[in-house]
Amino acid sequence: MSAGVLSRPTMGQRLLGPWSATVGFLRLLSKRPVGLIGFIGIVFFLLLAFVAPMFVPFQNDPSLVDIYQTPSQAHPLGTDFQGKDVLNQIVFGGRDILTVAILAALLSTVIAITFGSIAATVGGKVDSTILAITDVVLTLPKLILLIAVAAIVRPTSFVFLAVILGLIQWSSLLRQIRAQVLSLKERDYVEAARSLDLGLMHIVFREILPTMRSYIAIHFIFAMTDAMYAQIFIVFLGLVPVSGSNWGIMLYFAQGQGALFFRDSIWYILSPILAITLVQLSLVSFASALEDIFNPRLRGSA
Amino acid sequence: MTTAVAAKSQVRVAMNPRRYLGDSWRHPITRAVVKAVLTIWVTTSLTFLLIRLMPGSPVELKIDELIQSSNGAISYEDAKAIASSLFAINLNAPIHEQYLSFIWNLLHLDLGNSFLSSGTSVTSIIIAVLPWTLFSVGTGLLLSFVVGIGLGLLAAYRRDSILDRVVSTGGSLISSIPNYLLALLMILFLGVQWKLINFTGMRGAYSSGMQPGFTLAFIGDIFYHAAMPITIYFLTQIGHWILSMRSATLSALEEDYVTAARARGLSDGRIRTAYVGRNAVLPLVTQLAISVGLVVGGAAVIEQIFAYQGVGLRLIAAVLQRDYPVIQGIVMLTTIAVVVANLAADLLYSKLDPRIGRAGGASG
Repeated sequence: MSAGVLSRPTMGQRLLGPWSATVGFLRLLSKRPVGLIGFIGIVFFLLLAFVAPMFVPFQNDPSLVDIYQTPSQAHPLGTDFQGKDVLNQIVFGGRDILTVAILAALLSTVIAITFGSIAATVGGKVDSTILAITDVVLTLPKLILLIAVAAIVRPTSFVFLAVILGLIQWSSLLRQIRAQVLSLKERDYVEAARSLDLGLMHIVFREILPTMRSYIAIHFIFAMTDAMYAQIFIVFLGLVPVSGSNWGIMLYFAQGQGALFFRDSIWYILSPILAITLVQLSLVSFASALEDIFNPRLRGSA
Repeated sequence: MTTAVAAKSQVRVAMNPRRYLGDSWRHPITRAVVKAVLTIWVTTSLTFLLIRLMPGSPVELKIDELIQSSNGAISYEDAKAIASSLFAINLNAPIHEQYLSFIWNLLHLDLGNSFLSSGTSVTSIIIAVLPWTLFSVGTGLLLSFVVGIGLGLLAAYRRDSILDRVVSTGGSLISSIPNYLLALLMILFLGVQWKLINFTGMRGAYSSGMQPGFTLAFIGDIFYHAAMPITIYFLTQIGHWILSMRSATLSALEEDYVTAARARGLSDGRIRTAYVGRNAVLPLVTQLAISVGLVVGGAAVIEQIFAYQGVGLRLIAAVLQRDYPVIQGIVMLTTIAVVVANLAADLLYSKLDPRIGRAGGASG
């Protein structure tokens, strides 16, 4: 019998842990309708951006007779200034935006975690140097810099754009991670690990960071919204070479072609606005719900 | 006015006077000034690096362009001389001298001349547009701060009431809509679909026939033209202040000194302003400083949408026309403006928080 206890868990048992955690999480989430709606919204837009393009044919042929059509059976969201279907562009225009947002958020979170925890655990000169650099970056008007960098470097690929975005937005998260690690490293269980001489790596990666999982997840989502904002900002202003189509480029053309001022083209300009807004709202409300769940001090009586 | 903050600070200073009086560079004001100088230096160096040292840099591009546009009539050396004067740097000098003279010129606010309208100095271009951005951003930000603080305090006091839910959810929702989308939506609905506002009349910083001066008509006019940008800055920032103030108030309400003040029978109004409000609002002042940079950056797109004659609009025009001296000048001066605003907030913070103002012997 003891062998059974010691044997490796079966597949079913392994899945049971995450499964019940997921169910428990969704149960907690279901008590916060705004957060639940946000969660559903995120799932919907991820499916729309990454799965739906596989099942829908890509339409890219301009048709001059169909310019600025109002919604109809053939074009549920109308057509654009070249007579292209708007719904089709919405379906295909999300992937780049979300990929860049995720990549940029990933990069900035990794930078913030790495240097934030180094600063907090090593301390001394390393800490004050990292903190000084962070303070400087924090004060910079990043969007102005982004405009200048984009003007001179001309990011041609979306990965490059994601790297630039990731490199400019880690500063506030770094400060928060550092503060968290500083307070966590005084806790008893970290003291215990230290007295067992488990090493810095073990303490940071196995003791401190797992405690901050939810915190990091929340700030990852907020970093995504920031990256999405900055990315569409720069595309909308026409400062990055425009290729292909995404929601930001749709907005750029919609404004550039004066679609804003035609009454009939309202669906053309409204569609990317709504898509971006709904993604942002979903992310923010989901992240706030997570904050609510994982930070019991802020949790209301309800 | 002896407040809880002051009382607390006296205890702390008395406990450990050397920590505050000892090494003065650790003093927050000194640190704030050092930080400001450092930030300005980093930005200018970064700009220099981007403009001058990158392969295919604007200077090289300009030289190529000059040679090509003259069909070879201008030699490389002449083209280099013209580019030098346009950028206000001596391209033949070694790079460290170029860098030093670049810094020297910057200290004299000599930022070179615009490529497009030759003879117009970059400084004069910026002086014409910077005040409008600072005016609109400053007004919008302060308005959202004051209203947001008030609503946040109210929401925290009426925690879990309908008012709290409406204010905090509404605030966070409206602030999570990107500012440019909010601006487009306003034009779309208020201007085009419902025709409530005539946006074309609001373009520019003030009406063309208007005489600048301290007249009521002129002040009314500049507010009319700045109304849309200010509204956008207000709406996109207010949620942040409401939520921050709400959570800061909630945690301040749990503090022992508030319970003690209640036990002493102090009036609710006094507790609310001197004990809870004051302590809750302090950390937000530093956030206000950080958001100045954020809003100034975001202003670029808002000014573009509403055709408001500010720094952002000028910057984007310069970028699209590849007018590099103007780009360089605007990036540097905007950063300096933002850094100075930050510094002012840091100093204000040390005034508001007696723990900082009195320690270190600074006149508080």
